[in-house]
Amino acid sequence: MAMSELDTGRQSIPTRRASAPSGVLARLWSDRWIYLFLLPTAVLYSMYSLWPIGVSWWYSLLDWNGFEENGAYIGLANYREVFQDGFFWRAVGRTALFAVITVPIRLVLALMVAVMLNNPRLPFARLFRTAIFLPVVTTTAIIGVIMQFIFDPAGGPINIMLLETGLVDRPVNFLGDSSTALYTVMGVHIWKWLGVTMIYWLAALQTINEELYEAARVDGANAWNVFRHITVPLLKPFALIIGVLTFLDTINVFDMILTMTRGGPFFSTEVIDVFIYRQAFAATIPRLGYASAAAVAFGLLTIVLAVIQILTFRNAREARRSM
Amino acid sequence: MNRPFSPPSIHKPRSIGLTLQALALAVISLVWMYPFLWLVSASLKDSLEIFVSGLDLIPADWQWNNYARAWNDAGFGRYMLNSIVITTGSVLIVVVRCALTGYVLARYNFIGKRVVVGIFLATIFIPAGYTIIAVMELSQELGLLNTHLGIILALSGGGHVAAVLLYTGYFSRIPRELEEAAVLDGASFFQVFRSIMLPLAGPVTATVSVLTFLSTWNAFFVPLVFTFSRPDLRTLAVGMLAFRGEHSTDWSGAAAAATLSLIPVVLLFMFLQRYFLEGIAGAVKS
Repeated sequence: MAMSELDTGRQSIPTRRASAPSGVLARLWSDRWIYLFLLPTAVLYSMYSLWPIGVSWWYSLLDWNGFEENGAYIGLANYREVFQDGFFWRAVGRTALFAVITVPIRLVLALMVAVMLNNPRLPFARLFRTAIFLPVVTTTAIIGVIMQFIFDPAGGPINIMLLETGLVDRPVNFLGDSSTALYTVMGVHIWKWLGVTMIYWLAALQTINEELYEAARVDGANAWNVFRHITVPLLKPFALIIGVLTFLDTINVFDMILTMTRGGPFFSTEVIDVFIYRQAFAATIPRLGYASAAAVAFGLLTIVLAVIQILTFRNAREARRSM
Repeated sequence: MNRPFSPPSIHKPRSIGLTLQALALAVISLVWMYPFLWLVSASLKDSLEIFVSGLDLIPADWQWNNYARAWNDAGFGRYMLNSIVITTGSVLIVVVRCALTGYVLARYNFIGKRVVVGIFLATIFIPAGYTIIAVMELSQELGLLNTHLGIILALSGGGHVAAVLLYTGYFSRIPRELEEAAVLDGASFFQVFRSIMLPLAGPVTATVSVLTFLSTWNAFFVPLVFTFSRPDLRTLAVGMLAFRGEHSTDWSGAAAAATLSLIPVVLLFMFLQRYFLEGIAGAVKS
């Protein structure tokens, strides 16, 4: 994203390159302040990002319960087991379902809200924006616990409302029934994160010149035509990055699911990160190697999917351009 | 992005469409706010009344002692302190290390720069949950597993590439003349950064601080696994889950604890809304 900005430093090259050709060391020495500035991040990032990413590959080759100092090397056995594990694939499937359902809803609903909020004549725009954004800043783990109350079959407000309006005649156990739990969590996820996608769209909408709208209205275009022929084409360049950012939220739903359902009932909400957590921390005998293998396998799956997604998008764009 | 309230205007009568849109948004906003209204109301009722009174949001009898119970007996005073210590430490580390890194990436060329940038871009989207086992092992080796410092480093040491990029973007737009003048006056590399560049980057520091505050205050996975054997180090988010497990019938106490935990972040958002929104919108704009 910021590649172009990162390259601007190059303007300083001529003065610096003046040093003798033998002077790689001299150049390093004259740049010592630069490396000193990089040091804190270099050390911390290596320890807490790069080393963990790298060593997870090694862990995934171990049979290791975490109580012992070291695990036993077992080659690719963990991977063989992961790929045959029905729980793993069902967890991957739930994560995929989660993304397939929540991402389009968030994108479309947030776009509708953002377009309405972007109209300078709309009253109370700031108030609405704040209300829709507020859940975003709140602690997901705490929201999860609150939602247990909100959806409680015995005294939760949702069920009381449904019963009083006669929409149901028996309370619905939203989170306790394996047929509804995952969809309830999806609903809460959409509620929690809609505001972020809305802000992305609003930022994109701000790039459209207000005069374009005015001109179109003067020409007699109605709201739908303005949206269809001005807003949508101009938002297209932003759609991919907003889609990716929105999608990334869905592979990180651990906080909400662990606090709302702990992956239950009967594993019906066990998405991939909860599956990994169960193997590594919640099982009676932790399987750190196996959990690492699942994490690496899922990481690879997502990378493959992301590459396919980007390639199809690029091909589609080029195909359209050549038409 | 900050639209003022549009005052009702006689010259531009609002169309029916606009009124309908405002109504639709009002309904959405109400649905979005309802869980919070219910929460605050439940935190002031007694546990029985929550069940009996159902949808009535005004408590019959205001039970402020729910808050005292959450703060003292359930340990949320302690958890609040832990959250504040961990969040402050993380924000400081992230701001310092990301400002330094962003500065040199934006304004200098040096051997190895492409490698640094390449590593950042390749690892930008790795979620914390997928590296947690290795982070715990490392912390165990270093003797940091059951300490505040261990949690702070685990939350601030890795990741935060977006913060580096925010600083890089900002520093690269500052005109070169400014520092050249200072260098002529004999300012050192560090002085240029400390007294000219960093003050100029105030808005970015505000945005990075606010976003880091948000992610650390709301962090759950890392504090959860770091405090399995040390309940006294729990943060608010972890304490909430523990409370639910230990006092599953005390709804009003849980509601009071949840309200207490959410108040700081909601207040901060209300006062610094601009930085929150700019920080998030920045992801799309760049």
